[in-house]
Amino acid sequence: MKQGRIKKVTGPLVVAENISEVKMYEVVRVGNEKIIGEVIRIVGEDVYIQVYEDTAGVGPGEPVELTGESLSVELGPGLIANIYDGIQRPLKDLVEKSGAFIGRGIDCRALASEKKWHFKPKGKNGEEVSGGDILGEVQEKEFFVHRIMVPPTINGKVDFIAEEGDYTIDEIIAKIDGQEIKMAQKWPIREPRPIKKKMIPNTALITGQRVIDTFFPIAKGGTGSVPGPFGSGKTVVQHQFAKWSDADVIIFIGCGERGNEMTDLLNEFPEINDPKTGRPLMERTVLVANTSNMPVAAREASVYTGITIAEYFRDMGYSVALLADSTSRWAEALREISGRLEEMPGDEGYPAYLGSRTAAFYERAGYFKCLGKDDREGYLTVVGAVSPPGGDLSEPVTQNTLRVTKVFWALDSALAYKRHFPAINWLNSYSLYDSDIKEFLEEKGGKGFNDLRVKAMKILQKEAALEEIVRLVGVDSLSPKDQLLLKTAKSIREDFLHQNAFDEEDSYTSLEKQYLMIKEIIDNHENYAKNI
Amino acid sequence: MQKIYKTITESAGPLLVVDGVEGIKYDELVEIETQDGKIKRGKVLEASKNQAVIQVFEDVRGMNLKDSKVKFLGKTMKFGVSLDLLGRIFDGAGKPKDSGPEVVAEKYLDVAGLPLNPQAREYPDDFIQTGISTIDGLNTLVRGQKLPIFSGAGLPHSKLAAQIARQAKVAGGEEFSIVFGAMGITFEEAEFFISEFKKTKAISKSVMFMNLANDPVVERITLPRIALTVAEYLAFEKGQHVLVILTDMTNYCEALREVSASRKEVPGRRGYPGYLYTDLSTIYERAGKIKGQKGSITQIPILTMPDDDITHPIPDLSGYITEGQILLSREIHNKAIYPPVDVLPSLSRLKDKGIGEGKTREDHAGVLNQLFAFYARGKEIRELALVLGESALTETDKKYLQFADDFERRFVAQGYEENRSIEDTLNLGWELINILPREEIKRLKPEHIEKYGKNKTN
Repeated sequence: MKQGRIKKVTGPLVVAENISEVKMYEVVRVGNEKIIGEVIRIVGEDVYIQVYEDTAGVGPGEPVELTGESLSVELGPGLIANIYDGIQRPLKDLVEKSGAFIGRGIDCRALASEKKWHFKPKGKNGEEVSGGDILGEVQEKEFFVHRIMVPPTINGKVDFIAEEGDYTIDEIIAKIDGQEIKMAQKWPIREPRPIKKKMIPNTALITGQRVIDTFFPIAKGGTGSVPGPFGSGKTVVQHQFAKWSDADVIIFIGCGERGNEMTDLLNEFPEINDPKTGRPLMERTVLVANTSNMPVAAREASVYTGITIAEYFRDMGYSVALLADSTSRWAEALREISGRLEEMPGDEGYPAYLGSRTAAFYERAGYFKCLGKDDREGYLTVVGAVSPPGGDLSEPVTQNTLRVTKVFWALDSALAYKRHFPAINWLNSYSLYDSDIKEFLEEKGGKGFNDLRVKAMKILQKEAALEEIVRLVGVDSLSPKDQLLLKTAKSIREDFLHQNAFDEEDSYTSLEKQYLMIKEIIDNHENYAKNI
Repeated sequence: MQKIYKTITESAGPLLVVDGVEGIKYDELVEIETQDGKIKRGKVLEASKNQAVIQVFEDVRGMNLKDSKVKFLGKTMKFGVSLDLLGRIFDGAGKPKDSGPEVVAEKYLDVAGLPLNPQAREYPDDFIQTGISTIDGLNTLVRGQKLPIFSGAGLPHSKLAAQIARQAKVAGGEEFSIVFGAMGITFEEAEFFISEFKKTKAISKSVMFMNLANDPVVERITLPRIALTVAEYLAFEKGQHVLVILTDMTNYCEALREVSASRKEVPGRRGYPGYLYTDLSTIYERAGKIKGQKGSITQIPILTMPDDDITHPIPDLSGYITEGQILLSREIHNKAIYPPVDVLPSLSRLKDKGIGEGKTREDHAGVLNQLFAFYARGKEIRELALVLGESALTETDKKYLQFADDFERRFVAQGYEENRSIEDTLNLGWELINILPREEIKRLKPEHIEKYGKNKTN
């Protein structure tokens, strides 16, 4: 039987019965309005469903229909510059269908079905292909080529390939062993897209943020976390990343955050130009926005929706950066659902599987050899913001994140109060990619880059120690050498580490310029020190 | 046909369990008729095949389970809105609390509201002049923002809120309608607001919802939602600019915890439900502006931080949702400074796009950053002076010390009736900046120093 009945409704959780053929994580349609839900637990006859929309007005006895599919995203031309909710409904279409406020039970297709894309075939008739091989290309934006790939699960001989021309995403552009291939394909969000091989990252993702690139760099294909209390500038750091990092594609997930912040991105990204191409940033960006007041189950799904889209672009051989703001809200969504399932809670009410889910999410990042015979290489860099309650880093979400991410940018409210931005505390933060990308930085930044960093870091650490003494006995009682050190440290802090995100000039600094700046400061220091 | 049940089997706190029910819906509205004919309302929290858990919005005192009847109304909670609401006072359940008649509704709106699509939002950037230097100058409020006041027990947050409500206006001189929601505040506080609004004639353009400390706790949960439904109606259907003041959000959260505890839910931090963040966001996020529409909703929620602790879950989660916070400090209050705004940890996230040329004045951003930097340094030196003694300070450091004192005494402090224009606030800022020697001024552009450096307050 493909249909069951609702037995119980409580918030975003619905329990259904009389559906024996149901599978775990299958998508179901709930109630008379057919709102979307996903099966998350099966106990005997009872099927527990998390529902992606508000359940007010849904009641026992209403039907529950199986769809036979898992929760999937649609992948193909038209993704770039789009903004989606947590289950990949385009927000623009939602406005058209239900107005400024998001109503319920609205179906929207993720990709535009009428739009024609200019397809250039790359594959040939009679060629043996397998998952990941490139069948053709679509020039999706002026500087963005969308590679149409054989879906990962398909292989065989090309019987037919369409000629160069304009096609919609639903038209058949190829046949492989009789199987029809269209430009759009689907992939379940909870399953990582397959790859050929994962490798150790060896290049840095340049963000133009001095404290990040010089002091705590992240590798292309690496993972980083930005924990910080509210008001410490987490979101600005994430936005700076999205604006300036030298990735080919940016996926920004606004997970349970403020509506106005997403609107800000929507206004700014079409206005700001990518320094590399001179085209609006929006033309390399996909936004996933599930704000805090949108349904909580869709918030849980939003990070997976985002990372699956990111993996799709990585498979084309691009460098993709995914920014999730904030993963704490995702964890809270997990906690809320877990609470309704009456599961045994772990720390602070979070489910016991919080750690494994967090780890599995970040493990989808990396530097990969992609599927396909041309051995393309793709990068997926993941940076997650964490919002620890009360700024307390010992709480479960931060701790689970720190275990799996290799860069830690510690935001500090004391720095933020002094309006030192980015408020990344240089004494607590770390990057474990130092040695992997050492050579890359020397080559791209300048000779001795790493030594300069180490020297600057030493000065800052010494400063922290000296400050204690100054507090007790005053500056004057320090040796001239220490006084010089304090001056240099101040210069590193105020001229180098402090960077104004809202100033056009200061917002981005190239790696070469960063090198010259820090070199100048350290050289000066050493010259003066010689004369003391 | 509506069925009436007499099968209430359990009552725990504000919750009722009704057995043998049929065809009920989640979240639907319920009417309970007690044995003595009184009508109370509630909603379905859990709908099962033959059992419903109901949260009663009103007090259940004196209710008899055996003889009370429950009627399921088949619709979610709605509130009748019309322009006649202006000038009126209601209780937490939306019933008139003044002696006026029932309001004839133009239409009925669902109080839960719907999420506003980020694509349809317009980014707030209209400067609101509140006439208070610490807000206008340093933590600028814009139309469509949600900016809470984080206070502590005994601090003058009510006074500050009333002053903002009285003085707030935008560049064009347009005034605000006020929607006021009071949750669990004392009679005196409530009277203070009512008499303030009457005195300034603001009452005729405000709608007030009052739930006092001795009113039913559960009504505190619906009250802000009704208030915001009215605000949305005024803003997005009648094109008005609405200022929503909600006080005290701490009492709201306590009420939520009470309901959660009686449902035996797994608690999050300090016994508050795990969904407190989501729940608060459905209140705070109902501020904003919509593209192509005239009206706006600006929210100023007030909350008292238990034990002045900003890391307590209520201020903490609020701070993650709202666009900044105005923090009041007991230390400054004890120096007899009103309003006792603690400038450094206060923040307005939307200020950057609401200030500068064409909004306030071109030097605004620079003045703001410079004042913050000087004050932060001044406070550090004040601590240093405590250890070393003032005589051990350098000349420059002494200036910093003087700056910090003058800044608190002249810039932060102002009268309850004092309405400073933004020009006055900025000029006052310049006067204070000039205490320090020129070479210390690093955050201001030379051309601004040239142009405004000699400005003085009138």
